[in-house]
Amino acid sequence: MKDLRLERDVQTETNKIEARKVQVYYGTNHALKDVDVDILDKTVTAFIGPSGCGKSTFLRCLNRMNDTVASARVEGMITLEGENIYDQRVDPVQLRAKIGMVFQKPNPFPKSIYDNVAYGPKIHGLTRTKAELDEVVEACLRKAALWNEVKDRLQSPGTGLSGGQQQRLCIARAIATSPEVLLMDEPCSALDPIATAQVEELIDDLRSQFSVVIVTHSMQQAARVSQRTAFFHLGYLVEYGETGTIFTNPKDPRTESYITGRIG
Amino acid sequence: MSLGLLFLTVLALAALGYAVGRRKAMGTVGGDMRKLHSLPTFYGWITALGVVVPVLVVSLVWLFLEGFVIHNSALSQIDPADVPADSSINLMMADVTRLSQGLSVLESNGLDLAVIKQDLDALKIALGEAGVAMGNDPTPNMIAAAEAVRTTASYSRLGLTLATLGLALAGLAWGLRRISPDFRARNATERVSIGLLIVASLIAVLTTVGIVVSLMAETVHFFRVYPASTFFFSTTWDPKFGGGSTLGIMPLVWGTLYVSVISLIVAVPIGLFSAIYLAEYASRRVRSVVKPLIEVLAGIPTIVYGLFALITVGPILRDWIAMPMGFGNSSSTVMTAGLVMGIMIIPFVSSLSDDIINAVPQSLRDGSLGLGATPSETIRQVVIPAALPGIVGAVLLAASRAIGETMIVVLGAGAAAKLSLNPFEAMTTVTVKIVSQLTGDTEFSSPETLVAFALGLTLFTFTLALNVVALVIVRKYREQYE
Repeated sequence: MKDLRLERDVQTETNKIEARKVQVYYGTNHALKDVDVDILDKTVTAFIGPSGCGKSTFLRCLNRMNDTVASARVEGMITLEGENIYDQRVDPVQLRAKIGMVFQKPNPFPKSIYDNVAYGPKIHGLTRTKAELDEVVEACLRKAALWNEVKDRLQSPGTGLSGGQQQRLCIARAIATSPEVLLMDEPCSALDPIATAQVEELIDDLRSQFSVVIVTHSMQQAARVSQRTAFFHLGYLVEYGETGTIFTNPKDPRTESYITGRIG
Repeated sequence: MSLGLLFLTVLALAALGYAVGRRKAMGTVGGDMRKLHSLPTFYGWITALGVVVPVLVVSLVWLFLEGFVIHNSALSQIDPADVPADSSINLMMADVTRLSQGLSVLESNGLDLAVIKQDLDALKIALGEAGVAMGNDPTPNMIAAAEAVRTTASYSRLGLTLATLGLALAGLAWGLRRISPDFRARNATERVSIGLLIVASLIAVLTTVGIVVSLMAETVHFFRVYPASTFFFSTTWDPKFGGGSTLGIMPLVWGTLYVSVISLIVAVPIGLFSAIYLAEYASRRVRSVVKPLIEVLAGIPTIVYGLFALITVGPILRDWIAMPMGFGNSSSTVMTAGLVMGIMIIPFVSSLSDDIINAVPQSLRDGSLGLGATPSETIRQVVIPAALPGIVGAVLLAASRAIGETMIVVLGAGAAAKLSLNPFEAMTTVTVKIVSQLTGDTEFSSPETLVAFALGLTLFTFTLALNVVALVIVRKYREQYE
């Protein structure tokens, strides 16, 4: 495992993921058109936009989860550290271990809390001994700010936790595979404000180790947690840039209408 | 009035009640539906139900009691001394019933009953011509009893007609009188529907209780004439019609378990794997073709499977496996029956498991795939554990089918009760022996016949225990998902 206490305010300008001319079709429906995005390393990038604008679709392109949807077809190029992830030689299964994902609804497996977190390390063979696995589980639960709440009941089922705890368990589960990028699809939409605040704090912490991409409906949330924001509308990437610039001084009139609440 | 006509009359009254009730409800509010508590149809329905339900209840009770009353009235005419030594009172009463039906036939044929009843020989001939068969020749007492049956029955029928019509009319009048804009017809209809559902579930429960009780009674009877220790612990099954048989259940239970286990070993992996393929990997087109094809297996009559076992599987196993490897030379083997039965229960496992696997939320699969698990890891570690309770249920259903199966065993494994470990030997099961003990010309009070009920009860206890064990297992290992 990497050291957990890295500097918080790491600012980099290296591109982690580059997307060029990405098109997505669901059957005959052209869901995403000509999307160009550079996602920076160790940065939180937020995707905002009205429902059905393609932001979740694009997120699911980044770890090839769209491959599991039979009717979906992706064109264009997406590279992770210069390597095309849609290349024939890339194994989508390995890719998803490098690009973790947290979903909209908490989806803990019907297993114990411990086994939920240990799932990724086990299937990828990341640890050699039980003691090492115990360490990883503890470290991930600590990082997800859940350790103190569950340390006495690691063997009880993950589905027995509250909604906010379940979502943090899912985050712990996702970071247990030591991903390079963490994708989050509206991770707080099923949570109450307190749990949301905890998760947001967590996202900010995680930025020190991964690049985080978050899809959100809440513009306040995007403004609070992200450094970069992309605005999607009707399948197009309308505007992408510094979060501050997008929210205070947007260039495109559609972005301005959306963030001031006139469309969406 | 005949029962059919009576029934139609009541239905007509109910239909009338529906129409009038509806119209009256509309009339009370001057045609403005919004002022009624319920939709007009509810007023119609509740009036119609008020006609039908009491009539149905009363006439069912009436018909049930009618049998006892008629029986007793006939019994009072018969002197126990009349009963021939080689017959019983029950046989005699059956004759009385037939005689009373015969008399009615003769009457409708235009014969004068008063005359013909004086001449027993003429009566016997007339009855024979009318196609009424009697066990014994009619005696004056039997004729009196038959007449008593006829009189009581006709009074009872008249009473039933009057009671039914009266109740129906009263119900109609009461129903119509109740109708007012404030009458909550919708809620009342709801209560009647609940009652209907309760009655339906009660019938199912009571039938089960009835089956158990009747099995119990005969089983107790059996253990009075046969020692329980021999039945449960003897390893020999050797019924002799004529007494002195050894009726040990052991070989039968062993055969049943052996055949069932083989069939489950065949059916569970094949069924489960095909369910996983269909639910997780197959395209929609493949699934829409393959699933009905597998379900066709469930629709094949078991006797056809039996033929398949007898003429195809049995000889193949004998010629290719049993004989070359020196296991035996019989084509009726436990293996044959087990294999064919396994094929028969594949659809029970696969079809149910398929539905259950499909019911596992997609979000769990996404979660696992998103962590970089392969589809098969996802299935093994997430989908199957989540679907486990349902899958166990499907396997249990298949197991109880296997335990209760008879035809395939008769044709595939033979009817010889044996205790042996060799799967290429003929054995038999509990159900097969129940059939063979109860068919043929047998006396109904000998242990050789009564043992069938004890076997049946044992089998029932077996499947019950199986269900309980499975419930416990499921509860213990259940992994909840939302």
